[in-house]
Amino acid sequence: MRLIPKEIESLWTLFTAPTIWALHFLTCYITAAIHCAKADTAASLGTTSLVLGMVTVAALAGIALSAYLAWRQWGFGSGDPPHDEPTRRDRLLFQGFATLLLSGLSFVAVLFVAVPLVFIEACQP
Amino acid sequence: MFRVGISAEGADPCRRGNAGHIASGDLKGARAIFRRIFPILLVPLTGCSGVQSALAPAGEEAAGIYQLLLVMVVGGVLVWLAVVGLLLHAARRRKVPWTEEQAGRLILFGGVAFPVAVLLALLAYAVWLMPVIRPWFTQQAPQPEMIEVTGEQFWWRIRYPAVDGMPAFETANELRLPVGERVAFSLEAADVIHSFWIPVLGGKMDMIPGRTNTSSLLPTKTGVFRAPCAEFCGTSHALMAFSVIVMEPADYLAWRRAQAAGNGTRGSEGERLFAFHGCAGCHGIRGMTQAASLGPDLTFFGQRQTVGAGTLANTVENVTRFIRNPDAVKPGAKMPAFDMLPAADIAAIADYLVGLK
Ligand code: HEC
Ligand SMILES: [Cu+2]
Repeated sequence: MRLIPKEIESLWTLFTAPTIWALHFLTCYITAAIHCAKADTAASLGTTSLVLGMVTVAALAGIALSAYLAWRQWGFGSGDPPHDEPTRRDRLLFQGFATLLLSGLSFVAVLFVAVPLVFIEACQP
Repeated sequence: MFRVGISAEGADPCRRGNAGHIASGDLKGARAIFRRIFPILLVPLTGCSGVQSALAPAGEEAAGIYQLLLVMVVGGVLVWLAVVGLLLHAARRRKVPWTEEQAGRLILFGGVAFPVAVLLALLAYAVWLMPVIRPWFTQQAPQPEMIEVTGEQFWWRIRYPAVDGMPAFETANELRLPVGERVAFSLEAADVIHSFWIPVLGGKMDMIPGRTNTSSLLPTKTGVFRAPCAEFCGTSHALMAFSVIVMEPADYLAWRRAQAAGNGTRGSEGERLFAFHGCAGCHGIRGMTQAASLGPDLTFFGQRQTVGAGTLANTVENVTRFIRNPDAVKPGAKMPAFDMLPAADIAAIADYLVGLK
């Protein structure tokens, strides 16, 4: 079994990181909302925060992996953008670079979504 | 060719003088315009102080919001200055092009790393400040007492709970609070959505029919403040406000005791007419008439700052005006006009009400 997936050429890999971001966002907000709706008012978010913290770490790891794969597809940064020649190779590099940028954006976005986990300790009535 | 044109113009003393004249004339014109516009520019500044300004905080929550505003504005100004500086740099006279590597580094640090760091810092700061701005008061011990405020078109019903052997009582359109003590509000609406907002004390909280919202405030300065309804609720929305009086705790307790006891009977002609003409069918006055609750409670009405929920100053003339035709003072007000009563009767009632101190 290989640890790192082998390189494939597909448009779908472009969306890996934003999809993880979206799932992380929904998980955080829906879990916290259900927890606070079922618990007493002003209940502590203790365990929920911890679980969501682990979800966040997993999401960041997934995005980092997606970024690594994109970097590989981009030839480890060997060539400079814009990759705008009408060739198969340039298309591949362009996609790799775009995926890398999207991974960076998603990484930061997941961090921003996780900020309340650090500062908000309890449900608000 | 261009160069020659410029030097020829520069060499012509007449033209140069002329150009200088135009420039100074322009400057004079600009100064005159500025002098005329300057007072107008000052007008918004008057909003920075006063009884209804979030920029003159008198409570812990409002101070938190004010601090957040300052940090955000200063942060925004610094970023703006940096961007303008960069713009001037790009537009400078003697341009030396940057190498591609330098430009790439500028984009990476100035366009990615810097915004991410600044946004993360501002976001973390704002989220960290949230518990200060909206305290989770139910966790705190001892629990602050809950004052119940109900928004009604276009006035405020206020119920103080029973404490320390003092019975609960109802009042309206004027909220009194002790300085330095946390209070909590249970907020409801009787008809449409209103919003409870005391700018000098804290942020707003909507009042929604069928729902009870809570909010908590800690006043830090004594004084008389104003609180407008902050959600459009009908024709007289802009005339729906209440006064907030923050008092020393001892004065506050004395006021509560007096309110709970009621102002009793005065035996005046105005008092008799108040009951005779049916005002008591909607308005309660503790100690004088049975509590009716269609309209605002009028116990110690004379102590209130205003008549008509923040609409007019509380004077005999204004109360007379209001009783004669509330709709003329406050379009859509839910109190019927009493302009069919003899003027003397209205005057006597107004005298009586304003005298309830
Ligand atoms: C049908 C019920 C009703 C009757 C009868 C009625 N009122 Fe009112 N009154 C109201 C309502 C409702 C308001 C609140 C109006 C507003 O501010 O939007 C009000 C407001 C007032 C206020 C202003 C209270 C404040 O804190 O600003 C005064 C004073 C007042 N009424 C006096 C009278 C007098 C005097 C009479 C008898 C001549 C009378 N009312 C009869 C319903 C009534
Ligand atoms: Cu309102």
